Amino acid sequence: MTRAQVKQAVLDALLTVVPEARPAEIDPAAPIRDQLDIDSMDFINFVATLDQTLGVDVPEADYGRLATLDACVDYLAGRLGVPATTP
Amino acid sequence: MGDFLMPSLGADMVAGTLTEWYKHPGDAVHRGDIIAAVDTDKGSIDVEVFDDGVLEQVVVKEGQKVPVGTLLAVIRSTGEAAPAPAAIAAPVVPAVPAPSATPAGIAPPAAAPVAPPEVEQAGRRLRVSPLARRLAAERGVDLATIHGSGEAGTILREDVEAAASGGRDRQERMRRAIAAAMARSKREIPHFYLASTLDFGQASAWLTQWNAERKPAERLLAAVLLLKATALALLEFPELNARWENDRVNPAQGINIGVATSLRGGGLVVPALHHVNRKTLPPLMIELRDLVQRARSGTLRSSDLADGTITVTSLGERSADMVLGVIYPPQTAIVGFGSVVERPWVRDGAVVPRPVLTATLAADHRASDGHRGAAFLATIDRLLQSPEAL
Repeated sequence: MTRAQVKQAVLDALLTVVPEARPAEIDPAAPIRDQLDIDSMDFINFVATLDQTLGVDVPEADYGRLATLDACVDYLAGRLGVPATTP
Repeated sequence: MGDFLMPSLGADMVAGTLTEWYKHPGDAVHRGDIIAAVDTDKGSIDVEVFDDGVLEQVVVKEGQKVPVGTLLAVIRSTGEAAPAPAAIAAPVVPAVPAPSATPAGIAPPAAAPVAPPEVEQAGRRLRVSPLARRLAAERGVDLATIHGSGEAGTILREDVEAAASGGRDRQERMRRAIAAAMARSKREIPHFYLASTLDFGQASAWLTQWNAERKPAERLLAAVLLLKATALALLEFPELNARWENDRVNPAQGINIGVATSLRGGGLVVPALHHVNRKTLPPLMIELRDLVQRARSGTLRSSDLADGTITVTSLGERSADMVLGVIYPPQTAIVGFGSVVERPWVRDGAVVPRPVLTATLAADHRASDGHRGAAFLATIDRLLQSPEAL
């Protein structure tokens, strides 16, 4: 798996909980909760979707590490062992 | 014979547009079946039937807008003989009343939200793809104003998207509906307000442990504990789980908590979780997840909106310390929860950091008093100290 594939999986999971989101308009460095008006119910659904699609069980203690799109990709890529040098 | 009526889906609803029949004359129907869709100021709602039988006659056609309580269809009960065709009289479908002629007990909106052009759609059959209907609810598009480009005039997703770019009619109507209900509440209901800081330490620790042992799909939110504690407390305070009608308080049969749910495009809806006191936390979480998802995708059912007996609102998500709500008439109370925050707290004679939150009660002073209200909040606090028992 590449970082690009991880990013796409994150965007797909976000679209599952916020169908009206426009991925091209998401600032990868800004908090996704604020950008997409995500609440705790949306977030737990987002995390559950990532678990289903990527097989990564994100513990509650790590929720803070999923604050932005870039942070999500970094965290999940790390958990999946995706090399930082992949596209 | 049973009458299938345009339901009242809240104090702010005076009329609805029958957008689609899912069943047709001669079809068998069962309790709980969704047999029609109704377009309201707050979105497209699937309407259920509450009896077993056969759909005998459709009275209101797709596209017609009629007042709450209007006969939509006649349902022949199971075991009842079919009448001769001549025995079924053609009921008269009332027109949507002018604001000055709204049903008794329902205040007219400040600005008339009933759009006359939809009445002119009477008799026009609305064919709508499921995706288009869902999208219309999300984007606030009135289906009765769209001419479909699909086969036989079917309204497709692209038709809705095109209409959505032309205005925010649904959001404006929802805002007016909320304004009417809230203005009526503040005009007619003598509110009193109480606030109490609750110790959420035990509940927070229990929740952290529960979630640490489970996959994301099985985890709980703090909101579920608060809802269950509220429901159990209400068993001791039935006057807060009630309706004020005919100058007296009428306690409700079940504890159905309306959950104030914000919509991403703006506005809110208050669908209800049924019999919250009887359910354990995991199924409550599943039901809450389903309810919020359906509220935001425009696929609520009539029973979701018609059955609330009290409302709970929480603005802790947005870091509000407390929320003082406005009662949703004819209910007699609304409970508010603020955000869970760490605060210095005296416990066993020592000052310790403790997660706490502020719970509020806004109650109808005709139905209850401050003494009882304070005891109610104290009961919620007590219940939260034993989260494993919720």
